[in-house]
Amino acid sequence: MTREEIIRPENKVYSRPRLIDDNYMHYCPGCSHGVVHKLVAEVIEEMGLEEKAIGIAPVGCSVFAYNYIDCDWIEAAHGRAPALATAASRLNPDKVVFTYQGDGDLAAIGSAETIHACTRGENIVIIMINNGIYGMTGGQMSPCTILGAKTATSPYGRRSDLNGFPLKVSNVVALLDGTCYVTRQAVHTVQAVRKAKNALKKAFKNAIEKKGTSFVEVVGTCSSGWKLTPEKSNKWMEENMFVNYPLGDIKDTAAGLEEKTVEVKKS
Amino acid sequence: MKDNVKLMKGNEAIAMAAIRYGCDGYFGYPITPQSEVLETLEAQMPWETTGMVVLQAESEVASINMVYGGAATGKAVMTSSSSPGVSLMQEGISYLAASELPALIVNVMRGGPGLGTIHPSQSDYFQATKGGGHGDYHLIVLAPSTVQEMADFVSLGFDLAFKYRTPSMILADGVVGQMMEKVVLPEQRPRRTEEEIRRQCPWAVTGKDHGRTKRNIVTSLELDSAVMEKNNERFQRTYREIEKNEVRYEARYTEDADYLVVAFGSIARICMKAIEDARKEGVKVGLIRPITLWPFPYDAIREAAKNVKGILCVEINAGQMIEDVRLAVSDSVPVRHFGRMGGIVPNPNEILDALRRDFIDKPANAKED
Repeated sequence: MTREEIIRPENKVYSRPRLIDDNYMHYCPGCSHGVVHKLVAEVIEEMGLEEKAIGIAPVGCSVFAYNYIDCDWIEAAHGRAPALATAASRLNPDKVVFTYQGDGDLAAIGSAETIHACTRGENIVIIMINNGIYGMTGGQMSPCTILGAKTATSPYGRRSDLNGFPLKVSNVVALLDGTCYVTRQAVHTVQAVRKAKNALKKAFKNAIEKKGTSFVEVVGTCSSGWKLTPEKSNKWMEENMFVNYPLGDIKDTAAGLEEKTVEVKKS
Repeated sequence: MKDNVKLMKGNEAIAMAAIRYGCDGYFGYPITPQSEVLETLEAQMPWETTGMVVLQAESEVASINMVYGGAATGKAVMTSSSSPGVSLMQEGISYLAASELPALIVNVMRGGPGLGTIHPSQSDYFQATKGGGHGDYHLIVLAPSTVQEMADFVSLGFDLAFKYRTPSMILADGVVGQMMEKVVLPEQRPRRTEEEIRRQCPWAVTGKDHGRTKRNIVTSLELDSAVMEKNNERFQRTYREIEKNEVRYEARYTEDADYLVVAFGSIARICMKAIEDARKEGVKVGLIRPITLWPFPYDAIREAAKNVKGILCVEINAGQMIEDVRLAVSDSVPVRHFGRMGGIVPNPNEILDALRRDFIDKPANAKED
């Protein structure tokens, strides 16, 4: 069989999503961002949202998300993406607005903006990549760093007596009446990638249908920050991260359980 | 027309003028003495009429970042606050300037530093005019002295912001925000259509629609220093254009003046009373009231100072604008400051006393201190 025979269109089983462009990606080998970028691009393309999608990029490793996914973007100040998304969405109700953030950006400096966007029930999608570390600035401790994990600012391992406990953001926002869908996913296996893609699709669908805020956490790896090979990072994530951050849906109002807030009685 | 004449507070005038300008969105957080802006907007429910979005944010930090997000989509958006709240907004204002986004920010100043007082002040002059946030940037700063100007400067502020793609600020003081006066509100203008926004703001993040093949990105980040320097040079060219075209001030009795008062905002009107009292006594005093604090009317002050024996800068602060007045006249004329702090607004007699003490009663050959 010649090369020409192999590369015939009918033999093609996979190609790069149309909305991921040719720019050289700056992510480290083994990083989860590339996979999640691909999923976001696929979801926007498959749902026909190219003309409607507005992305809000964070500060951190994924600050340059706008260089890779071919839709309109606004680059936010550190942690403020949900505030930008709130205004962009309310002023442009026919668009679909999503934020793409890391755990340092979202769970630390952006915790107030996150909680209030979620409790207002903004019709947006919030995507948080949780690798339990500040990657861009060189591997410092984040609110989501798990106990015992060594980082540049917890060099002997995170201690609860010194640094408090990991912040389980998804569990927090699931308590808020404004969220309609909160899920925790990963992208370390083919099966996990497929589940994560379905979760993202559901989240974007909720935003289109104006059901409230959808929050998709993706537990990811940071091989450079964790100082492990990509393969060992996946194993470390499965053994340590998933214990603290178990995968699966945490809230889905369409599927059932929901506590309602009651209005003041009219006198 | 008669329907447009109202008696209202300066803060209320800001809110009414915003609706009538066709403002797309207001994002704010309560703080004294400007909360009437948000309160008036919530009571007016403009989302039912013009479609304007009004949102009470969780903080001033969130407010200004909502403004950033809205402005990036090409909408006419604004926020208002008072001194401590505007301090919180400085990061976002720097981002707006760096991303070349039009927006309107209103600061109804109260006394500081810190939590300070809820009473009037002009002590945010430096912050507003010298770049309160990080990086080389300027805001167009408008200083209203009447409730009418509170209303008028909403449209002026927006128009300048869109003309130059840079945020503008109404720097009012607590007096103008809280006092009630007659005001003629502008006619209701429709909000711009999506089509008009696409035409006016081809850079806006509106979704890659209507045949646009290249994505729009609004960002202040540029890691390539050579490109970033070019960006900085572009910002500076815009500022030079604004300095050339947009200086605004009011001159009163300057033609025959022996002494000059320079004051902005509400205190300029109190100065006018002092000036009229002085003129009754035969002392010729004139007034320059800067309306744009940036760009500052250096040339007008230099010109007006040519034949005067002294300049008194009257400000409700410890002396901030006086630095710009001194820059305008160099050492050609003695320049003194008079002001009160802590939320105290000087009365005309105090101002006249200061004029006498510093200039009128001083022997011509007295040694400068």
